[in-house]
Amino acid sequence: MSFLNIFKRKDSKASSGRQNSDRGILVFENTSEVIRAESVLDEEGWKIRVMGPPPEIRSGCDLVIEIPLIEELNILRTLEKAGVQPLEMVPVSSPLLQPVNIFQNKDFGKYLMIRAANMKLTIDKETMKIVNVSGGGCPDVPYLAQEMVGKTIAEAPSPREIGHTLCGYALQLAYKEMMRRCSQ
Amino acid sequence: MLAIVGTVPDQDLPIVTGEVSLEDNEICIQDTRVFVNRGTPALLAAAFKTCEFLDKTSPFGYLVGDIGKGDGSRRLYEYLALHFGKDDLRSETGTAFNAIAFHYLQPDVDWHNRVLLAVDEMAQRPVLIADAGFMYAAKMSGQSSKYDLFTPDVGELAFLADEEAPHPFYTRGFILHEENRTPELIARAYEHNNAPRYLLVKGRQDYVADSQEIQATIDSPVEEAMEAMGGTGDTLTGIVAALIAAGIEVKEAAVIAARANRLAGHYSKPTPATQVMDIVEHIPRALEDIL
Repeated sequence: MSFLNIFKRKDSKASSGRQNSDRGILVFENTSEVIRAESVLDEEGWKIRVMGPPPEIRSGCDLVIEIPLIEELNILRTLEKAGVQPLEMVPVSSPLLQPVNIFQNKDFGKYLMIRAANMKLTIDKETMKIVNVSGGGCPDVPYLAQEMVGKTIAEAPSPREIGHTLCGYALQLAYKEMMRRCSQ
Repeated sequence: MLAIVGTVPDQDLPIVTGEVSLEDNEICIQDTRVFVNRGTPALLAAAFKTCEFLDKTSPFGYLVGDIGKGDGSRRLYEYLALHFGKDDLRSETGTAFNAIAFHYLQPDVDWHNRVLLAVDEMAQRPVLIADAGFMYAAKMSGQSSKYDLFTPDVGELAFLADEEAPHPFYTRGFILHEENRTPELIARAYEHNNAPRYLLVKGRQDYVADSQEIQATIDSPVEEAMEAMGGTGDTLTGIVAALIAAGIEVKEAAVIAARANRLAGHYSKPTPATQVMDIVEHIPRALEDIL
């Protein structure tokens, strides 16, 4: 099958440099929260900077904090513990992008698999045990699988508690959707 | 010789390098033993089995512990940036690397670019294969076209196809995968220069493609359960990397690997609860059938 009739290759803005493509922005209600969050993240050793918001951001105050996007889950947990939570988190390169909100599920009879973005969580419907975690590419995925597989969905730690990255966050969404389905 | 770069889920493991062996379901590298479950150890195990079958030198591993905090990955990135190209990274047997597979590393564009610069300084440019986090970093950096092979699943293909998304977590809904749209997503990934020389897309049907067209599809045997299993994509990447290092051309290696991984899965009679070592054990039998 030839692609020539589907698309012609063209220059993409995404392919020309892609500055800051692995950075994210935390948006806060007011500047005192920004200052507190900056202090907390600085103390924890994160590579961050305070800056003005991009024009696409229509909520929050006049300052935002730029963070390593991939480590969003770990950073949000750190801020939550400190009692300061952002209004939202967006990628620097495309501030209007939203986290994935589409779930796919596959029923294998005895087993149910739920996918969120690149992450898949599978349970045994009879025992409610997590039998597999697959997909993803960040290093917390093998760790999350190690900690979750073999435990029931109720016993297992949630990815939000022990994950660190956006892959962990995606698994958290699959986990939440699985919990929702199991409680129905 | 094949080099494999990745992480293991052990916060305390320092950087370890060396030729890899597989004993009692554990990857052995120097004095370190790592249980094969999924991720880079699964890739290493599959590559080891393939090299052993082909009577080739075992893969050379570069491993570090990282549970997602990124600290281990960054130490390994730094190590690679300092060593690749400078001393031409040779194994104890003196064989230069002709293929490098980059795998589970915390995506970091700056460090990715430094490692790629170091690769450029190598005396002979190896075939470059990327999967998992390193593939994400390659796409984020806009340098996918410098690679010879990516091995995404269909969810990751949607990420490659979405020129805006910095991570699969932000793939836009209208692009997010529908498996019957795979050829369209492949074309879109190439359209925006977010794909390497070849793509091997893992799914219900596997696709081997370049920028011009779908070169091959592999769809049998079908084992639905493999989609739920962690590590089945890693074994595919391990097999294809070992075949390429053995001198087989990338496109042909991708087709053979896709068939072998499916066959190995089939022989393991998998359920969604099957673990990946059950597949690894059947790789030699699968390769025997195909080659």
